[in-house]
Formats: sequence, structure tokens, C-alpha cells
Amino acid sequence: MEKSRRYAKSHEWARLEDDGSVTVGISAYAVEALTDLVFMQLPDVGATVTAGESFGEIESVKAVSDLYAPISGTVVAANTDLPSQLETLGSDPYGSGWVVRVQPDSVEQLEALMDQEAYDKLIGGE
Amino acid sequence: MPQRTPLAEWHENNRGRMVDFAGWSMPVQYSSIVSEHLGTRKGVGVFDVSHMGRVAVEGNQAAEWLDSMLTRQVVDLPVCRARYTLITGVAGEEDNVQLDGAPVILDDALVTRLADQKDGSQRFVLVVNASNRQRVVRWLQARLPPEGVTLNDTTEDSAMIAVQGPLVFGHTAEDVFAGPLGSVFGKKVLQQLATLPNYGVLETELSGEPVLVSRTGYTGEDGVEIILGSSQALGLWKCLVEEGSAIPCGLGSRDTLRLEAAMPLYGHELCEKTDPFSAGLGFAVNIDGREFPGAEEIRTRRSSSDRCRIGLVFESRRAARSGDHVLVSKNGTDSICGEITSGSFSPTCERGIALAVVDRAIAEQECELEVLVRGVRLPAKLVSLPFYRRHRHD
Repeated sequence: MEKSRRYAKSHEWARLEDDGSVTVGISAYAVEALTDLVFMQLPDVGATVTAGESFGEIESVKAVSDLYAPISGTVVAANTDLPSQLETLGSDPYGSGWVVRVQPDSVEQLEALMDQEAYDKLIGGE
Repeated sequence: MPQRTPLAEWHENNRGRMVDFAGWSMPVQYSSIVSEHLGTRKGVGVFDVSHMGRVAVEGNQAAEWLDSMLTRQVVDLPVCRARYTLITGVAGEEDNVQLDGAPVILDDALVTRLADQKDGSQRFVLVVNASNRQRVVRWLQARLPPEGVTLNDTTEDSAMIAVQGPLVFGHTAEDVFAGPLGSVFGKKVLQQLATLPNYGVLETELSGEPVLVSRTGYTGEDGVEIILGSSQALGLWKCLVEEGSAIPCGLGSRDTLRLEAAMPLYGHELCEKTDPFSAGLGFAVNIDGREFPGAEEIRTRRSSSDRCRIGLVFESRRAARSGDHVLVSKNGTDSICGEITSGSFSPTCERGIALAVVDRAIAEQECELEVLVRGVRLPAKLVSLPFYRRHRHD
């Protein structure tokens, strides 16, 4: 399995790490579209998440949005620095702006997600 | 297709994020809501508010007729003054104006009296909400007397630009040219504007065309709102932004600014069935000895009003939203005591704030309040309104 980012239609990204866990974040496009982020609700470590279902919330001045899990698994780490430094989501969305790390039920789930090319096509069309 | 203001193209070419708002294509924001909000609090923001309805009411019976239609007294409104009012309607259908249940609040509005014409005919301008404009115009038109009053919806032939912030007239009284209006108006007009009282109005000219400038706004800041012909709007806007360094602001910051100033928004603080006294709008209803549509019913509501408007501040940056329930805890039992009418993150307070309507007893005593926000109970502190009050130089 290649270690590049893959994307959900709901604009979360997922990247397989060397230890078999998957890092999850929010795409630069989505952060740019949200703007004015003020609050983020992260799941607890140990929580189970289900692909396509909400695992947290992100709130902007205008509205609240759910964060949807790109894959199913168990949360093994959450970026607890993030809620107090939401600007990191915009400045480094694929690095220090990561949201959670999930131990996936199976890595094959990643194949159901979009690769960079498909995602670029999606956001190009929006 | 949504309607376009004379500035729509400028917004699109300048990173305006356009949305359909009440049938108009309007910018929510250009940069970010927070930066536009804080820019208006510290300097000067400009807002395209051309979507707001503008209705000219004229004639030798105009004052008397408006007085019979509005909750606020109009016959004593001096020339060149504006006044906040509600527009009420009664039950039933009247010329396609369907009003079920009596009476209803059709809108809130600013009524401005202009100088009489030479023949003694009176002139007024009503500024109404975009979302209610058609219905209000139909309602008023259906109630016009056979003669003595004419009514014209001039919205689509005109534009409206709000210029708001502590530096609209510079830092000091001697410094009026330092503000963005210094590049728009001449010295004499500028000094007249700078000395206008709140809700004062000046009829003047811009490049030979008539413009109406009011010392009014919807941000809690000092400033003016300018009504002018469509063809002049782009020139004024560019002058304010490019020469005057005012910050273009969208509807997003307009909403957070008005919320901090605790100003009502139709559809939130104020709806068809709202009792104006519970909504904190008793001041907008001159009810004693006056008649207007639904006056009798509103009199009854005043005596039976058992709810009131409050302000809430949260510890959290998270915001309660319209419709969220306010909970009160008494002897270990929770009960719903009201609901949020508007809520948002406040850029000035850097936390969530909200307006709510609650049982009157709640507002009169110290108690622990919580708001149920998306399944989470957020503790909230009851505060006096407004959340933000500007410093006054005068």
C-alpha cells in the first residue's frame, strides 16, 4: 500500500503510517472553504470510529460541520494541541494540522478513498 | 437567478464569496468574517446593503397615513430624522397579502422623514428587510388611501452602502477629512455629516445627483448609510475602498457585528408572532392613544407578556445557535426556560455569545443557566446588553 494521502468526499484525508496506523486530517481545500474556525471537538483516544460517520465537529463563525471518519477503526491518538491552535489547520493541514490517528480495522479500506488526482478533480469541479 | 446589486461584479472580482440571500446575490465575506468584523471595530468597514428594500412614501397625507400604519409615531418625526419602527399587519387576505392569525409583525424598518416639497407634500423613505420587501410593499399598497399618498418601491433603481467604524470621521472633530468620506464629499458637506446626531439625515448631492446620508447603521459603531442612484454606487464604493482605505465587509461580519450590538434581526429576534415586549422592542411600539393594524392585540400582549430578552456569554468559543434550548436547574431538576434567537462566536469577546428569550422570572434572579448545544450542555452567564458598546467621543 503506497503511503500517499487519500481523500474522502467529505474532504478528510487519510495517510497510512509505517506503524500501520492511519493519520486523518482535513484537506487544505476544506479548511480554506470553512474559514473563521473557532472550535473543534476531538474524539477521545480509545473511541471507535466508523467510516462515513461523524467522529468530531469543527465550528466556524457561520456554522458547525461534522468531521466524518474516512475509515473505521480505533482512535490511538488525537491532536490535542489543535483545538487551541486552529490556525495550524490552515498553515500545515497535512503536517502539524493532523486531527487523529486511527488503528484501522483493515488497511484495505483506504483503497475505497480517492487518490490525489481524483480529489483534485472533485474540488476542481466544485 | 438571484438579483444583482450594482456592486455584484465588483464583489465577484474581489474575492467576495457570493451566496443567495433573500433573492439577492450577496457577499458573505471577502477575506474572513473575523478580520472584517475587527476591521470595522477598529477602523472603517463598508457594506453593500443594496439588497435592503427602499420605499418612497410621498404626498400631502403621507405623514398621517404612515402614522396609521406603523407601530412608531410618525406625525411628530422631525424633518431629516430617522426612527426605528415595526410594520404590523392584521389577519386575513388582502390583495394577495395572506396573513394568518392576527396580528403579525411583517417587518422592522427605519422610517426617515425628508424635507417637504414646495407644495407642502411630505416625503418619507422606508428601509425594510430584503426578505420581507415584496410582502410589505403589497400590504402597504393595498392600504393606501384613495388620494394624498403615493408609494414607490425604489430598491431596484438605487443602491445602499453602509460606512461603519470609529474612524469614519477620522480621529477627532478637526480631522474629518482623514476618514474615508473625505475622498467622497466636499468640506462643507463633510462637516454637516460629522455633526449629524444619531438618526440624523442629510439630503445632499454627489456629482450632481441626489444622495441621502443617514447617521445610522447595524454594527454598533458610528457611521453612515448612504442611499444613492445605481449608476453612482460603484464610483462611491471604489472611492471608499481604494482611496479611503475602508475594508469591504460581507453579510457574515454584518451579522456578528449586529449581534454584539444586540440589534434585532427579523426571522430571529423578531418573527410574525413575536410579542414585541418580550423581544425587548417595547420602545418601537408607541401604543398609548394610537391606532395601527393590530394595536388592540398588541396592547393585550403587553399586559400578558411573561417572557423577556436576555444576553448570554459562554465560557466556550463554541456558539449556541438559533432554536437551541436554554435550561435552568432548580433543586436538581432541569427545565427548559427559553430558547436562543441568535448565537455566534463573538470576535470581540473571543467566546460564544447569544441572544435568548426566556421566562421573565429567570432574568430577574441569579441562577445557573445552561444551553443545550448539539447535545452538549454549555454553561452560560447572563449579562446585560449590548455585548459591545462603542466609546463615544461626544
